[in-house]
Amino acid sequence: MLKPIKLFGLFARISILNEVQYRANFFLQVLQSSLSLGTGLIVLSVVYSYTDNLGGWSQAELLAVYGVFVLMSGLIGSLVLPNMWAFMEDVREGRLDFTLTKPEDAQVLISVRVVAIWRLVDVVLGLVVLGVAITRMGLEASWWLAFAFAATLIMGMVLLYCVLLLASILSFWFVRVWELMEMMQSIFQAGRWPVGIYPDWLRLGLTYLIPVAFAVTVPAEALTGRLTPELLAGTLLFTIVALVVTRLIWKWGLRNYSGASA
Amino acid sequence: MPRVQGFAQRVRTNLQVYAVGARVAILERLQYPLASLMFMVNVLIEPIIYLVVWSSATVAQGGAVGGYTAGQFAGYYIIWTFVRQFNLAVGPDNFNWRIKNGTLAGELLRPVHPIDIDLAWNLGFKVMQVVYWIPIGVILWLMFKPEVNPEAWQLLAFPIVLLLAAYVRFFVMWLVGLMCFWTERIDSLIELYFAAELLFSGRLVPLEIMPAWAQNVAGYLPFQWTFYFPIELLLGRVTINEFGIGVFAQVAWILAAYVGIRLIWVRAVRRFTAVGA
Repeated sequence: MLKPIKLFGLFARISILNEVQYRANFFLQVLQSSLSLGTGLIVLSVVYSYTDNLGGWSQAELLAVYGVFVLMSGLIGSLVLPNMWAFMEDVREGRLDFTLTKPEDAQVLISVRVVAIWRLVDVVLGLVVLGVAITRMGLEASWWLAFAFAATLIMGMVLLYCVLLLASILSFWFVRVWELMEMMQSIFQAGRWPVGIYPDWLRLGLTYLIPVAFAVTVPAEALTGRLTPELLAGTLLFTIVALVVTRLIWKWGLRNYSGASA
Repeated sequence: MPRVQGFAQRVRTNLQVYAVGARVAILERLQYPLASLMFMVNVLIEPIIYLVVWSSATVAQGGAVGGYTAGQFAGYYIIWTFVRQFNLAVGPDNFNWRIKNGTLAGELLRPVHPIDIDLAWNLGFKVMQVVYWIPIGVILWLMFKPEVNPEAWQLLAFPIVLLLAAYVRFFVMWLVGLMCFWTERIDSLIELYFAAELLFSGRLVPLEIMPAWAQNVAGYLPFQWTFYFPIELLLGRVTINEFGIGVFAQVAWILAAYVGIRLIWVRAVRRFTAVGA
């Protein structure tokens, strides 16, 4: 059980050593992240200059949603997505064979290899936005809130990991999967706003197909005191099912993988 | 190609280039229908998000926000999706990629200017995009019930403005792309460019409901002529005076960008041969 975490620590250290060689990238990332944060905040303020609530969310609460969105983008962008791109590249180039011959579990290996540390800038920015939102909401700190938020955030991340891995696994069968990945990333943008405002068909898609709802809206709900214990239990159940299904499909996919270099 | 060439001959050659380039792009799109569909979803998710956001805001405000009803917002963003298919252009990042992997070196050897290759390819790409758009447009129309009431002249003027909008965006982006000849670290510049476009073109929010400072800034930039102006025209919210000013601005931006490309291209290519291969 501890082994994946140890492996992650090891690979993270290598990634960090690799990336600190290119320090200019840090400033470029700060610039880019601030730009998109600025754009997002301007739009938010324009919307709230015309209305004081959107689907039942006040401005401070929506700021919290946006904070979670930025935070989650940073987490996925630094920890999950780079691994998925590397994995798809490996399948295409035939390098996956080397991974398969290693004594560790292949799914673990391909999932923890890369950490794009500069993308963690978004995690910091997201936390800052969240901090401002929490102060504005005048939230009273409580253990239950902190726990519910942390738990839903982690489960949201795990769910996104599952969906992104499932999409990447398709590269066992199809060569051009990156368009699908790009599509999922742009659909993730819908998470800037609480999924409750979207029409039913879109909300269902954003809940179960690409779990933006669980990844962003539910943690924000936890933070704003909207989360019921039932929803928390449901999220947990859904996360476990998604993990098991992803694992099964991964194994099935591997059986179908014939190797590109062989 | 012979050095001395009649004008008619030159026009004919150019048209042939466009026809062939467009056909290649069309065939490419047909080859990967699923990829085209996913690209479409990429393009459409943005307006749908903002359509829903503004509709919710009008509901909360009991009818209208900043002079737009829910139906007009729906109209705005559905026309947006149509205009978007036309103003798709060759992004500056594409230049970066072509320089880095050497494709451009090959393109420079051809007797045709790379901008002609791009124009031709872009044309075919747009044709296919519009074809793919039709069913989606119909569905969006039925789903969101837009209010679109153009007068006859606005309807007739729309194709002209749409075409000009497409070429404003194409030429300006091509000009920005030329910066890639001078620096490899163009990503931030591109991000800045797109952030400016998002805010000052009417892409995210109709310019009329942006704060005054943003509207002022937008006046000095080409972006509003590529989204906001054609959309508002078809919505029926543009007066004949504004139409005149808009077309003038569009033509002026196309000319300015064209002259800019002409001036910079020579220097850029010289730089490229100095650095490349």
